[in-house]
Amino acid sequence: MPAPQQRRIIFQHIDEPGYTPDLACYVRHGGYEILKKAVAMQPAAIIDEVKRSGLRGRGGAGFPCGVKWGLVDRKSGKPIYLVVNADESEPGTFKDRYIMHQDPHQLIEGIMISAWANNVKQAYIYIRGEMPHGARILEKAIAEARAANLVGPKILGTDYGCDIFVHRGAGAYICGEETGLIESLEGKRPYPRIKPPYFPAVLGLYQCPTIVNNVETLCHVKHIVDMGGDNYAKIGTPNNTGTRILCVSGHVRKPGYFEYEVGKITLGELLHEVCGGPLPGRKFKAVIPGGSSAKILKFGETFTLKNKDGSSRTLSVEDIPMDFDTLAACGTMGGSGGVIVMDDSVNMVEALANINAFYAHESCGQCTPCREGSLWMKRISHRMVHDRARPEDGALLKSVADQIAGRTICAFGEACSWPTQSFVLKFGDEFKAYPETRNASKTDGSLELV
Amino acid sequence: MIAPPKPDLVTVNVDGKEIAVPKGTNVIEAARLVGVDVPYYCYHPKLSVVGNCRMCLIEMGMPAVDPATKAPIMDPATGKQKINWIPRPQIGCATNAAPGLHIRTNTPQIKDCREGVMEFLLVNHPLDCPICDQAGECKLQEQSTAYGRGYSRYIEQKNVKPKRTQLGPRVTLDDERCILCSRCIRFCKEVARDDVLGFVDRGSYSTLTCYPGKALANNYSLNTVDICPVGALTSTDFRFKMRVWFLKQTDSIDTESSAGAHTIVWSREGVIYRITPRRNDGVNDTWMADSGRELYKAVRAGDRLAAPRVDGAVATVDAGLRTAADVLKAAPGAVAIVGSGRSSVEEQFVTRKLAEALQAPVSLVSRIGQGDGLLVSADRNPNVRGALVTGLIQALPGPQLTALAAAIDAGRVKAVVSVGEDLIAAGLTPAQLAKVAVVYVGTHENATSTGAKVVLPSLTVFEKSGTFVNQQFRLQRFLKCVPGPAGATDDLALLSRLVAAVGGAPVPGELHALWALLAAEVAGLAPVTFARLPDTGLLLDPTPFAGLPFAEGAGLHYQPAAAVAATA
Repeated sequence: MPAPQQRRIIFQHIDEPGYTPDLACYVRHGGYEILKKAVAMQPAAIIDEVKRSGLRGRGGAGFPCGVKWGLVDRKSGKPIYLVVNADESEPGTFKDRYIMHQDPHQLIEGIMISAWANNVKQAYIYIRGEMPHGARILEKAIAEARAANLVGPKILGTDYGCDIFVHRGAGAYICGEETGLIESLEGKRPYPRIKPPYFPAVLGLYQCPTIVNNVETLCHVKHIVDMGGDNYAKIGTPNNTGTRILCVSGHVRKPGYFEYEVGKITLGELLHEVCGGPLPGRKFKAVIPGGSSAKILKFGETFTLKNKDGSSRTLSVEDIPMDFDTLAACGTMGGSGGVIVMDDSVNMVEALANINAFYAHESCGQCTPCREGSLWMKRISHRMVHDRARPEDGALLKSVADQIAGRTICAFGEACSWPTQSFVLKFGDEFKAYPETRNASKTDGSLELV
Repeated sequence: MIAPPKPDLVTVNVDGKEIAVPKGTNVIEAARLVGVDVPYYCYHPKLSVVGNCRMCLIEMGMPAVDPATKAPIMDPATGKQKINWIPRPQIGCATNAAPGLHIRTNTPQIKDCREGVMEFLLVNHPLDCPICDQAGECKLQEQSTAYGRGYSRYIEQKNVKPKRTQLGPRVTLDDERCILCSRCIRFCKEVARDDVLGFVDRGSYSTLTCYPGKALANNYSLNTVDICPVGALTSTDFRFKMRVWFLKQTDSIDTESSAGAHTIVWSREGVIYRITPRRNDGVNDTWMADSGRELYKAVRAGDRLAAPRVDGAVATVDAGLRTAADVLKAAPGAVAIVGSGRSSVEEQFVTRKLAEALQAPVSLVSRIGQGDGLLVSADRNPNVRGALVTGLIQALPGPQLTALAAAIDAGRVKAVVSVGEDLIAAGLTPAQLAKVAVVYVGTHENATSTGAKVVLPSLTVFEKSGTFVNQQFRLQRFLKCVPGPAGATDDLALLSRLVAAVGGAPVPGELHALWALLAAEVAGLAPVTFARLPDTGLLLDPTPFAGLPFAEGAGLHYQPAAAVAATA
């Protein structure tokens, strides 16, 4: 059976020949018509459309966007801020970057609609420090939109105004955590805040109610207002509505980014048919389905899931539909849509050493388990690869990870421990055998590991 | 007076024990009330909550209610309301008491959490306890004994960080010992209002340091040493001087100003090694100024008076007292007394008795400086209010001893008793001082003692017991920490013997006996006995002195009467 066709809503114009990131091109393609429609609607009606659309956040946690907006404290008398999380740093994820580079006005329109809906007078785009080009494009696009009366005071002849400010990060993964991002935006170290009491919807930026949404999520808002929440909800599968962008990297013949209706394509279809299957002479070994923080899936393992009617079904890795709920039921997550594929040339100890090095480098250092545990895990795996591996190191790694997950201020604790927990659980034999296999694997001229 | 609002009490359940606590009390404090220890590092009762150490993780649950009807859901097994436990552990420091809140600290999960945090805190810790000043009062030591696993699984290299950074003139930092709890950072920002500390680098390489070009030099910097749960911040003064478990702790009072911070004096074999604050939520919370911590150095200073003198020659106490009495009796009606706002309440009372016996006018030396808005008040005398309460003076002292100077110039005063005060520093000229015979009862050499007719060495605040009345009219007790030097005599004994020698009615020279008289004769002290005075002090009635223009401005837990009246 051929793989389903892509359904490009967000990526409609990405890589389209002749499509440029300027305002004229965007308007030529019908841009800002939805904003005009939105400002003629009641803000509460837009929020209602978003709630009915079932849109779930595309940043990683998959939290329902309408619910998030519903939690905002609107009685405090304080201004409400909208913060766009453009700190796309999850390894394996490269979707927001293309939106910002090639279609920045789609994001700006989504921001302005969301701002109108939530009575936001000031929005911030927090963009990853390593994306200076994207920041320049966004700044230019905002200037264009401001000149055209689409951003700024009294947009489109109304009394409503909202300005957008682009803030560049300084290169820290933790700034993608929403309260860390808020701290960084306030000019402080990006130490995530404790929740309770600092829920952004109540005590966010400058202790004011704040909405933090991912770039892709806000782009979806535009299309929800366009087609209506109920129509949007028909795309994808129940509770996993709309489309989402999947970024495939690693050992496939045709890596890239693809936009599919959520849950309408399986992992097997994505990797074998869309991405052309494994490299010549290789076999798929493992895949991380939602950015490096997600738990790894091992080809060959099966999952028995309960159906709603009480019966059960058994899925192989290839059978898993790429939606939030099924991936969660299989013990991993849809995350940020970064699909990282590993074939049988990969030694899992070495792959984990790479991931652990990343998280040890990116732990902010605020709370004890993550700060010390992430570096300890890096040191163990680094020692295993470069110096002396012990058969018991796999179990030690997992034990350290178990002491982190669920005990930290922010979700980084899970992000840094889930890889280790799942690698050791599913590839425990490789960890046990690594003292013997290490020398063999080091002779094939593979890249020097960090 | 407006009655404080009644706290809104809620009942919480900690490890099966129920207790009513004010709403909003955090779990650490609530558990403490039922005798359950919730260990912590970063939490401090007087600082903001950041929840970064993760040591206080607890299991939390709330009574189950039916979402539709709000009716309680009962557990058929126990017959009580079912508790919905949150699977993920919560931090106690940021969990506030709410009606029906249930807490568990004694479960396998919490034991594992604590063991995990302890292990993590120690993997990059140098474990140099044998040479660490914090040893003996180190939270890491205490809690690894109580909650750690007792062995290490760590075989990798430890982090290397700066070992002896001078953060300021009084504080030394060992970054390897630091557990990054951020108490010191929060203290500087929130209490000292001198935001100079912060972290650089990230992850486990995070390092505490001062902002570029700044130093931890404020007058409260040593509080960071007190609240550092480990040996990272140490007092440059106390560093490597003494193991803390050898030191005796004695309750005392900071005498540098009328704020009267409560202190602990740490001594061994008659030698004082350091002074730290003692918690009093009504006076100084858990803080004190750096300047007050150095006062012990006066005890063994080189200019300490070593022996009684008559006309400059060493004499016995008896001879000194005899000569003093002769001098004072030889100038009937021409004796003046300079009392002290540094004397204790008891000494001021006996000074008053001396003044009455001699029919002598009393002046007090004023010490007004700048208050810092916290714990150093504008009045640098610790006990001017004591002089008012005991009736030694009726009005606040003027800036200089002008009346005394005029009386000497006019020949109306021939002899002066000075209780520890240097009259030159207080405004007399050397020529004026030369015209009178001085009886000096004090601790240190100064321009007055060198020319005095009789010198009677007495004790510093660390060598005797007594009380002060601070700016809040709080009667506070200080206790004898170390014995006085040979040659010095207790002020009370000297003054009471002098009263007797000049023919006054006998006054007890012993503290407890004197208090019977004090309570009987001084209005407001009637219900008090020295031995039963609460450790936190006792607020006296300030209304008899309400109109006096006290010098103090607002400070920690203190508002001038005018400001209070304005808001009332």
